[in-house]
Amino acid sequence: MAQYRRIGVTQNNDVAIVSFNDKKILDEASIQELGAELFGLVEQQSMGDILLNFTNVEFLSSAALGKLITLDRKVKASKGRMKMCNIRPEIFEVFQITKLNKVFDIRKDETEAMTAFG
Amino acid sequence: MTESSSHHDSSSGQAEWQKSIDLPSERGASRLIMEELLDRLGEHGWASADIFSIHLAAEEAIVNAIVHGNKLSADKKVHVECFVSPTTVRIEITDEGDGFKPDEVPDCTQDDRLEVPNGRGVMLIHNFMTRVEYNEKGNRVLMEKVRDT
Repeated sequence: MAQYRRIGVTQNNDVAIVSFNDKKILDEASIQELGAELFGLVEQQSMGDILLNFTNVEFLSSAALGKLITLDRKVKASKGRMKMCNIRPEIFEVFQITKLNKVFDIRKDETEAMTAFG
Repeated sequence: MTESSSHHDSSSGQAEWQKSIDLPSERGASRLIMEELLDRLGEHGWASADIFSIHLAAEEAIVNAIVHGNKLSADKKVHVECFVSPTTVRIEITDEGDGFKPDEVPDCTQDDRLEVPNGRGVMLIHNFMTRVEYNEKGNRVLMEKVRDT
């Protein structure tokens, strides 16, 4: 298993469940590192299905949104599926304003997301 | 880096806080003002959802000023002025760059741009703040949030 600084990764069936180590995702250097670790899941670990659990995340900037968009594109390009869960209302509003709630598959919690993976 | 701040009671009897600071054009420099701004918002009774909105708007605008305005130039500063009262927050951010035209930032919510990774900061600022104004040159933004009554 790869070593991560910005994320934690567990596996449930064939789904990689990703948690975030930072409560606030806004520092440019951290976001670069976060992006590299997330992209590595697809590009090096060849993980197909990915669930991003935002329980720990209180704040994220538009630069972090960019990484999520790029990750979503990489997952789709490799025929995988990406879902998100446990997003607090303030962050969900950010997704609504930017209409990314139409791009991302957002679920209430891990149970609902895992059911949706099937 | 120069800074000044004051805390005083206005004629209405409600405490106000204001501060001006020059930030270096380095990534992460927003933290030199942000923590104090967020603390003051809390002290002035702003709700956590509003504090989130103001935090995001201020962060995006300062990053834009540092990265796109001053292009991370070591000899340029970003000047930030903050005003916080229980009902109003005003943040003015000025960089030393050539300015930009807010109307020319592409709409990231159009279907063909939804998956483009950048360009969402300005849209978030406009959605989260009550009033957003730019000077003609486009190197200064004034944003204000008035608390919902």
